[in-house]
Amino acid sequence: MNFISIKNSQTILLSDIPESNYESFYDMNLELVLGHIERHCVNYFGYKTGNNIKLICCIADDFTHDILVSTCLVNKAHALESFTPKLLCFEKFEREIHENFGILFLNHPWLKPVRYAFNRDDKSQTIANYPFFSIDSEELHEVGVGPIHAGIIEPGHFRFICNGEQILHLEIQLGYQHRGIEQLFIDKKKLIQRTTLAEDIAGDTVVGHSTAFAHVWESLCGIEASRDIEFSRTLALELERIACHVSDLSGACTDIAYQLGSSVFGRLRTPIVNFLQEWGGNRLAKGLIRPGRNKFPFTPALAERLKQVLDIFEPDFNEMVEKLFVLPSALSRFEHTGIVSNADAISIGAVGMTARMTNMNRDIRTSHSFSLYPELNHIPILKRHGDVYSRIQIRKEEIKQSISYIRKLISEVPALSSKEILLNTPVPGSFCLSLVEGWRGEICHCALTDKKGELMVYKIKDPSFHNWLALALSVRNNEISDFPICNKSFNFSYSGHDL
Amino acid sequence: MLENLKIVFHQGKQFIPNVKTAIVPGIFRGRPVISLEKVNEDEMIALCPTDAISANPVRIDLGKCTFCGECAMRFPEKIVFTKDYKISSNVPDRLIVREGIDKVIEVDPDKVRKEIHKILGRSLKLRQISAGGDNSCEIELNSANNVQFDMSRFGIDFVASPRHADGIVITGPITKNMAQAVQICYDATPEPKIIVLVGTDAISGGLFADSPAIDRSFLEKYPVDLYIPGNPAHPLTIVNGLLDLTRKLK
Repeated sequence: MNFISIKNSQTILLSDIPESNYESFYDMNLELVLGHIERHCVNYFGYKTGNNIKLICCIADDFTHDILVSTCLVNKAHALESFTPKLLCFEKFEREIHENFGILFLNHPWLKPVRYAFNRDDKSQTIANYPFFSIDSEELHEVGVGPIHAGIIEPGHFRFICNGEQILHLEIQLGYQHRGIEQLFIDKKKLIQRTTLAEDIAGDTVVGHSTAFAHVWESLCGIEASRDIEFSRTLALELERIACHVSDLSGACTDIAYQLGSSVFGRLRTPIVNFLQEWGGNRLAKGLIRPGRNKFPFTPALAERLKQVLDIFEPDFNEMVEKLFVLPSALSRFEHTGIVSNADAISIGAVGMTARMTNMNRDIRTSHSFSLYPELNHIPILKRHGDVYSRIQIRKEEIKQSISYIRKLISEVPALSSKEILLNTPVPGSFCLSLVEGWRGEICHCALTDKKGELMVYKIKDPSFHNWLALALSVRNNEISDFPICNKSFNFSYSGHDL
Repeated sequence: MLENLKIVFHQGKQFIPNVKTAIVPGIFRGRPVISLEKVNEDEMIALCPTDAISANPVRIDLGKCTFCGECAMRFPEKIVFTKDYKISSNVPDRLIVREGIDKVIEVDPDKVRKEIHKILGRSLKLRQISAGGDNSCEIELNSANNVQFDMSRFGIDFVASPRHADGIVITGPITKNMAQAVQICYDATPEPKIIVLVGTDAISGGLFADSPAIDRSFLEKYPVDLYIPGNPAHPLTIVNGLLDLTRKLK
């Protein structure tokens, strides 16, 4: 087989990635993924080399913990056979490649622009002149929402086609948040600028994205972070998970008009983010994670403080979930609402909670473990029904799980490493891929360096990239009034998608 | 019902009684103070990701600052970030902290339009627009209205339509793809209306200022009434900034 097997956050030379022509590249990757539930595509992207475009496909294997990387050189002049008719999870990647480079994919059902990037190939297509999918019928009507929404939330446009109150079809239009982050990673030369950019990919997943960036950068520079640094990252990831999950529980209660739950869960986020501030000076952990550095060492005093915070948090949290999860008026709104089937989740390549709510065991913390997760013996929490209730349950149980992990972690705070790590320049002509399980799911960062060791390509895949389609599928045949609770129960990232 | 009351009782009083004097926990990075100590200024300026620091005299522009704290970490004798979260102003120059001057940052009441005090002083309804914001300032704006910070107690609320609003609150550097929506939303807001910018990205563009995917021409057309710095802005910075703008009478 013409691919190279690498591990999570391993740097290899670009020249070591086997190159084949598109036909064998296509056949091989198809064979790797088709019928193998343990394998999924974590990134598939292109970059310009001269007049040609080089495609890199990265398939993660959850059983062997390997990532299978292959490449091929193509030209815009030649249309390519699309993966999508056979593997739906490639549809978004192919749309992105089409948008950026103008490569035509034959038999792709819908080469709709992904995010109207500033450097897209066809500038005549703008976000304002996009022709939405519509159905000609006297009975059906359309409802347009956004880009600006009623609450304090990021922009995106939702176009519903409804039959009375029932949703027949939802089309999601994104791209409003596009800030050109991937290009800025190349243009901004200082490490602190790139680290800050990583923190700004999605302000709710600061730890997730900055950890992925730190792993990529350390690996490219050929260094390994000391135990105390990885300890801080693991701890911060779990704290971020608790803060976001509890905030989502609050949002879910708001959307079913359950005021008590909304207030209590809403206020329970505060002690967690305030602890992040006590530790690193920022409620959302901006400025906490740095490549090769332990900027804010986690001390035994902080461990004692965090223990106090959790001791107070737990009974307050438990009493509210105990009430919410037996409340008939809440359960009747959660259960059987917004269902995504296991087959659909697999076919669209869902990751994170969106995969786990349909009994799909996909969690980077076990499959491609990183930081201190191998020691925690993480067992992913799975639910079977794929409805709002499953998503709410996963949050509840993951919060409890995170608390137990944090208690385990802080029972033994590692000593500060006295060894000073010097970050060299990255290895020239190399490739690195890093996977991190953020609170939403799998985050993938890829970096390529040129002959001088300068960053040449930086590719980010937020878990929301694929998962947005799950929202569109979940609302079909639901009442349009259930859209808010469906949307909140997924809580995908707009900025992480639009970059 | 009884169970609900039990929960309410057990959760206890959560609101912050005085949002003006509350002390934030830990090592919050608020208003910086710059001493007159001599340090390697070139090295200090080079540390900053957004060129917020400049020399002669040494100063930090909080409209550009990402509050990463790298400068204060490297030169603790020169720069200290205090826990003072009141860092909002209506005058951009007041966001610039100069060396040797340890002065609170306030709204300049002389520069506040009269109708703001008169018409919006007791009730302010705002429409929020995220235009490339990364969801951090949005989260903190939501937090400003949770049961702890409880901004609604001052009559300041976020509303669902620009038609109901007295002004717009913009987060994010304003992307090209959002520029038109920002304009439409502003046009739909009835007069008198204010513009509030929340967060470094909105105030100066931050790291995105020179990105080709950004279009900040909207801000050249209209006066901005309040700048609320932060990355993201702390809920207390947001509440105090809005109160300072609308409540301070000459």
